[in-house]
Amino acid sequence: MRALINVRHPAVAKIAVVAIAAALAAVPFVLADIGTAWVRITNLAILYVLLSLGLNIVVGFAGLLDLGYIAFYAVGAYTYALLASPHFGLHLPFWIILPIGALVACFFGVLLGTPTLKLRGDYLAIVTLGFGEIIRIFLNNLSLPVNITNGAMGIAGIDPFRFGTFSFATTQSIGSFTFTGPIKYYYLLLVVLLVVIVINLRLQDSRIGRAWEAIREDEIAARAMGINTRNMKLLAFAMGASFGGVAGGMFSAIQGFISPESFVLVESVNILAMVVLGGMGNIFGVILGALLLSFVPEVLRYTVGPVQRALFNRTLIDPEVIRMLLFGITLVAMMLFRPAGILPSALRKRELEGTRRGNGT
Amino acid sequence: MDIFLQQLVNGLTLGSVYAIVALGYTMVYGIIQLINFAHGEVVMIGAMVSLTVINTLVAAKTGLPPLVIVLAGVAAAIPVCMVVGYALERVAYRPLRRAPRLAPLITAIGLSIILQHVALIIWSRNPLSFPQIVEVVSYHVTSNPDGARITNVQVAIIGVSVAMMGGLLALIYRTKLGIAMRATSQSQEIAGLMGIDINQVIALTFAIGAGLAAVAGVMVGTYYGIATYQMGFLLGLKAFSAAVLGGIGNIGGAMLGGLLLGVIEALGAGYVGDLTNLCQLSGWSTAIAERCASDPNLTLFGSNYQDVFAFFVLIAVLVFRPSGLLGERVSDRA
Amino acid sequence: MTLERNAVPAMAPGNDLLVADRVAKRFGGVQALSDVSFTIREREIYGLIGPNGAGKTSLFNVLTGIYPADGGMFTFAGHPLIGLKPHEVAGCGIARTFQNIRLFANLSALENVMVGRHVRTHATVFGAVFRTARTRDEERAIERRGYELLEYVGVDRRANDLAKHLAYGDQRRLEIARALATDPRLLALDEPAAGMNATETSGLRALLERIRGDGTTILLIEHDMKLVMSLCDRVLVLDYGRKIAEGPAAEVQKDEKVIAAYLGGNVEIDLKARQA
Repeated sequence: MRALINVRHPAVAKIAVVAIAAALAAVPFVLADIGTAWVRITNLAILYVLLSLGLNIVVGFAGLLDLGYIAFYAVGAYTYALLASPHFGLHLPFWIILPIGALVACFFGVLLGTPTLKLRGDYLAIVTLGFGEIIRIFLNNLSLPVNITNGAMGIAGIDPFRFGTFSFATTQSIGSFTFTGPIKYYYLLLVVLLVVIVINLRLQDSRIGRAWEAIREDEIAARAMGINTRNMKLLAFAMGASFGGVAGGMFSAIQGFISPESFVLVESVNILAMVVLGGMGNIFGVILGALLLSFVPEVLRYTVGPVQRALFNRTLIDPEVIRMLLFGITLVAMMLFRPAGILPSALRKRELEGTRRGNGT
Repeated sequence: MDIFLQQLVNGLTLGSVYAIVALGYTMVYGIIQLINFAHGEVVMIGAMVSLTVINTLVAAKTGLPPLVIVLAGVAAAIPVCMVVGYALERVAYRPLRRAPRLAPLITAIGLSIILQHVALIIWSRNPLSFPQIVEVVSYHVTSNPDGARITNVQVAIIGVSVAMMGGLLALIYRTKLGIAMRATSQSQEIAGLMGIDINQVIALTFAIGAGLAAVAGVMVGTYYGIATYQMGFLLGLKAFSAAVLGGIGNIGGAMLGGLLLGVIEALGAGYVGDLTNLCQLSGWSTAIAERCASDPNLTLFGSNYQDVFAFFVLIAVLVFRPSGLLGERVSDRA
Repeated sequence: MTLERNAVPAMAPGNDLLVADRVAKRFGGVQALSDVSFTIREREIYGLIGPNGAGKTSLFNVLTGIYPADGGMFTFAGHPLIGLKPHEVAGCGIARTFQNIRLFANLSALENVMVGRHVRTHATVFGAVFRTARTRDEERAIERRGYELLEYVGVDRRANDLAKHLAYGDQRRLEIARALATDPRLLALDEPAAGMNATETSGLRALLERIRGDGTTILLIEHDMKLVMSLCDRVLVLDYGRKIAEGPAAEVQKDEKVIAAYLGGNVEIDLKARQA
């Protein structure tokens, strides 16, 4: 695997990797001690990281402003829910449904991409926003005349991941460790995350990734150099969408219940904020941005309430409102003071690798 | 025919409101190529402030005539909205004038979120309602006594909108400020070199747009009877669609687009239910016929899809005729 | 080092490579090009000159598929270029640079050139994600070629610097390297010497001679007359979208119509005496 960090000391790197792996493995147990909800919150955070990485392909690599990304999450989630719940009485196994969900989301990605290819930045953003809203409205209303999505009530009783007798929803003990459902999902999500990160890194460092970045930098020049920008943009939409679809399927299974309320516009904004905050195009920046924007609000939620009660003897403002207010302020502040994000993508590995051949000759 | 006329009346009323709000979007986009996402929230603030004032005056039993009370609401809303509009420009948009498109867009979204939640804090989730102080009088449109009607409120809305559109056109095409605005939208750099204070012109553009938004807010509050902190988003999006439909940057386009969108939405909501009522296919399928015998309502796309129309119009315009009906007026940024 | 060419083998020098037949283009009320016909032969360095607004860049844009012609057509190596999109034109073997440099600013110099290899390589998403042997080989080849081309144009020391951080002259050379990466038969350069001083210009001349020597035909828009006269085999002169002269550089230079076009109207023969 290509060196991401300047590996001058392979031994140190190996130790670091083992240490990080051990820490990650221990996380859920530590969190479970703090509070059972925190494992779920972490799982949701990892899902957001997956979504951010997917959106990063569209916005970060290819430079296409997508404000309706949540639609692919929704499509993936509903595909899973419809094929593995009491709603239609279908209970297909997850390893069949997840690829189907990815394909369906991919299809919608191409559907969205095709008419929007010629639009310039702002307009593309609005159209994708409209697309996201249209999907949500349809999900909300496709209960009449034929009940497809069960409308605003959503779909409940969604099957967890299962193979054979092993279910991700049950609690099992091995030795002194208790693996609850959420803890099992955590490990699965980590594995999926790892795979997704590797895929993204490989894509970025490939002919396709370079073509996307060329399009982002200067589409006219990219075309002049022989890149079929239309197909490349569609590919970006399709790939980004399929990641969203997979994440959506997992979300369905983990939560056991979905409704259109989970797929509102503010979620698309949230994911876009994660990508931009972290540093568009920079995979590790995006991961950092997603983790920050997932955990900080949760931490706030647990502290803002008690702080207010301590200061004012009552809850002046709903923590949820404060959270949204801070989110809005963060967006504005971010754009005014550090629009390139926390880890700007200009800090690329080729700049860091001063030892590459060709430099210093 | 009468249903059609009624929907037309409703559509024109709704469309007038869209037109006024669309003017704000189109002026800002024309001058600095920015979609002011937060504009819808300014309308909301106008509605909330005016309704608060109106309700306060009514509760205080001042005995003032209804028209004065409403005007007082307007008089309160306009300066508040203008301040908000000016603040948005000064604090958030001005520093980002040369930034890549993504930055002002995200900033605008952030501002929209901030404004919504500040409104939520100030006014809480409970909707404000318009008190029953205006006597609604309806007039017949045709000679048919059961036919389409138009109310005095609707007449007022359409009338005020037309007056404001006229006023804006006069401003743009007959005054020095108007020339300055048009010059700045063609080329900021050259306008500046010609001695125009572009910062001031841009700030005034925002302020005027915000003032219009305030009046639009009052109209919405009056017409629908309620206002909530969330009303800005959808209204803003629809008005933006109207602006694009008519041709972004084009004042006349915003007006035309607004009226057209209002009519499309009203007609759509009125007819799409009937058009997509599957019971019409009863002759083709016994299953449907049976189902419709008990309930003649099997609509595929009912009026609950109303909001989708604006989105579809928007997407259709942007994909098939991005310059809009009357052509866009933006300086070449490519 | 010479340029190894992976694309379609070159025809013998002297054959017609690009034939323009009565090409016309209008923009709204302006006839940017009318009835423009010319022929570029293999291995020529062919100049395109004319006063500002003559239609030179418009000709480039029609040739490379950015705008469709309103009349007439181009034939390239025997193939008509009709209805082709820019990326297809590049695939056929015509690469260009831009009047206002259009590099990929936030990519490194090396990456810019590597992007140029896109049209001649085939790795797919599958290959990228699974790192197949074929893809890995191709990536190595792309990178190697990238360094070769950077060296060829003399920018190899800045291989890992972002394109936006390069000096102006290096940026122009980089754009040429990127265009060469597409293995073109015809290299169309739009004012490559703009903004260069005498030293840089003579360096550019040497580079272009080398490129021609290694088998690539060059079409060149330029305003620097010294460069044009010393470098170009033949020259086409446009004025107000029409061809007013075509031929060897020395002849065109003395053509009365050309002089009138540049200097506007009737000019004293006196000028010719000074030149001689």
